[in-house]
Amino acid sequence: MTSTLETRGQREADATVPELTIRVRGLWKYFGHVPALRGLDLELEKGRFLTVFGPNGAGKTTLIKVLSTQIGPSEGEVMVGGIDVVRDAHHLRRRIGVISHNTYLYPNLTGLENLRFYGRMYGVSHLDDRAARLLEEVGLLGRMDDRAGTYSRGMQQRLSIARALLHEPDIMFLDEPYTGLDQHASRMLRDVLETLHTGERTILLTTHNIDQGLEMCDEVAIQVRGRMVYREPITSIDRSAFEQTYFEHVGKDYRWDS
Amino acid sequence: MSQEQVLEPAEAGGRAAAPPTTAVGVADIPAGGGRSRLLDILAIATVIAILIDLYGALLWAPTEAVMGDVQRIFYFHMPSAWLALGPGFTVVFVCSIMYLVTKDLKYDRIAAASAEIGVMFTTITLVTGPLWARPIWGAYWTWDPRLTTTLVLWFIYVAYLMLRSSSAAGHKRARLSAVFGIVGWVDVPIVFMSIRWWRTIHPLLISGQGMSLDPSMELVLFYSLAAFTLLYVYLLLVRVRQEDMRARIDELRQQILSR
Amino acid sequence: MGFLSQSWAIARKDIIGELRTRETVVSMLLFGFLVILVFNFGIEPGLREENLVKPGVLWAAFIFAGILGLNRSFAAEKENDCLQGLLLCPVDRSVIYLGKFLGNFIFTVLMGLIVFLFFSVLYNVDIVRDILPLGLIVVLAAVGFSAVGTLFSALSVGIKTRDVILSILLFPVMVPVVLAAAKSSGVVLDGRPLGEAGLWLGLMLVYDVIFLTVSLMTFDYVVEE
Repeated sequence: MTSTLETRGQREADATVPELTIRVRGLWKYFGHVPALRGLDLELEKGRFLTVFGPNGAGKTTLIKVLSTQIGPSEGEVMVGGIDVVRDAHHLRRRIGVISHNTYLYPNLTGLENLRFYGRMYGVSHLDDRAARLLEEVGLLGRMDDRAGTYSRGMQQRLSIARALLHEPDIMFLDEPYTGLDQHASRMLRDVLETLHTGERTILLTTHNIDQGLEMCDEVAIQVRGRMVYREPITSIDRSAFEQTYFEHVGKDYRWDS
Repeated sequence: MSQEQVLEPAEAGGRAAAPPTTAVGVADIPAGGGRSRLLDILAIATVIAILIDLYGALLWAPTEAVMGDVQRIFYFHMPSAWLALGPGFTVVFVCSIMYLVTKDLKYDRIAAASAEIGVMFTTITLVTGPLWARPIWGAYWTWDPRLTTTLVLWFIYVAYLMLRSSSAAGHKRARLSAVFGIVGWVDVPIVFMSIRWWRTIHPLLISGQGMSLDPSMELVLFYSLAAFTLLYVYLLLVRVRQEDMRARIDELRQQILSR
Repeated sequence: MGFLSQSWAIARKDIIGELRTRETVVSMLLFGFLVILVFNFGIEPGLREENLVKPGVLWAAFIFAGILGLNRSFAAEKENDCLQGLLLCPVDRSVIYLGKFLGNFIFTVLMGLIVFLFFSVLYNVDIVRDILPLGLIVVLAAVGFSAVGTLFSALSVGIKTRDVILSILLFPVMVPVVLAAAKSSGVVLDGRPLGEAGLWLGLMLVYDVIFLTVSLMTFDYVVEE
């Protein structure tokens, strides 16, 4: 952890450049011989909320997996929170929280047991208090002694949010978190995400749903065929114009395919 | 790309240990892809060596007094067994470790080629052994430690090839098969010891020092060993070259597709 | 949070999950019983009394039943992509290996002892008298079996035909353990002192140490992507 703080300190000493939480240069990721990411570049300042839009197969999930140390890059430089994802994955893992459409929950353990288990793996102190507070925040205190497998999809996703927040990460990755949620559950997820966006926490969310993606973010990017093709702050974006832009980029891709 | 590096030379230096610039690490393969002179010479040498070996083993070597002509199988059986147990599977082990250390798929291809050839030689051993054993011992198979170990070995390396064939090419397959290649090789001596203790009484035909062979028989045997080793080296090089080409083709195809 | 306590947390969650569903252990036991039953029909009644045959039946049942547990071990982590959640945790990969190993080891020993009990009833063996030496053999065999088995379970989990591949990979590598376990339990069932099986117990111990080490060293490469 000390080394991390040092890097941060050096960065702040530079002063001219704002602190970058995510800095990706020329990132390639191959599966076999097939590239999922093709020389992707990305920068995100500390405390910002970026939504990455993209069609299926654009490599959004791959990008999040590389950023969160789940898979290694084939080529390129990937720094997250001032840490190289290849060289020091272990330290980076303490600082990131991942919420994906997969919940990472053990269906045969209760909600509380799931949190306790992950809390132990992260070495969270005062684990029981922390778990109880999180369960209350996501509205699952009443069901905490039921098996996670008996939860509805929305409840599981909320428990998954609590799981991801256990160790108070300052960097969050959200990979299509709305997948499979009904309107009510989406609404709840949105409310929880809103509380996460404090300005201290850096958040990257991927989605292909324009309405949900535009709701809370500071910046917007479009990823197509393993590259970032568009990047604007939310303030300069008009919803219907953006939709037009998005479909233009995606449409180019589909034309290329055929 | 170069522009960025000029802007931040320190960063470029820091990435000296970056992964290779090609996804499959085949940059070193000659793009021409034509015939290789070395392989041609090796092919001719191997053919000549094997022809001489056939002559020596089948005609020149004297007929064994007790076993008769059946003994001549031995000139093929022994070299095959040696190649499979010795270089064949050891190359798999060494290249598996080398791959895990360097992440260079070249080693994965050598390991795969060597395992294939190793399985082939093990199969020859397992077929020629019983052919010889039937008239001499009166049974195709005995649970002799060498024989049984060879059989277990055959299963281990067939499993290795099965593992390879059931996953898609790439680094993931290379990693998984390398791990199995290491575990399998470490297992072989333990298998041998356990089977030796299990069958404490076994017909020792060639004990350590008692190779009571006629000098001319010995000569043929050692020559045969050399000829088979040459064959192994040639087959390995051809197979690795094939796989290198395949990797290069895949890469070129990808380059075209992702343009 | 120490290395061991985190490993234990992983094993513990596997055990809690298993206590709730009893999916794995019950199917392992049932399968073990069935192997003994099927062997029983295949063996001449006179031979059944032979101490040469009994250990073979016993350890065939052990291996076949054990592999069911290994099949489940990492497949269970695929549900909800839990394995990814586990790999995201800031723990050394060897902690994960050790945790899964511990869980598999406990299930295997439990299964082994119950299958032995079932076997002793069917084959009229007084197992209670020899429970300590037999228990030692089961533990030694289960360590080797779970050490290699946990590694291979992780190795085969991403493959479509993982059940078949796991068996094909595991059986030949397990030959020394099966031999040593069958031989040493034969000594015990004969009523001879355990010391006579010293060589075999030593072999299993060496196997256990070697493959725990090799597995700990290579597990990283199996789960990393």
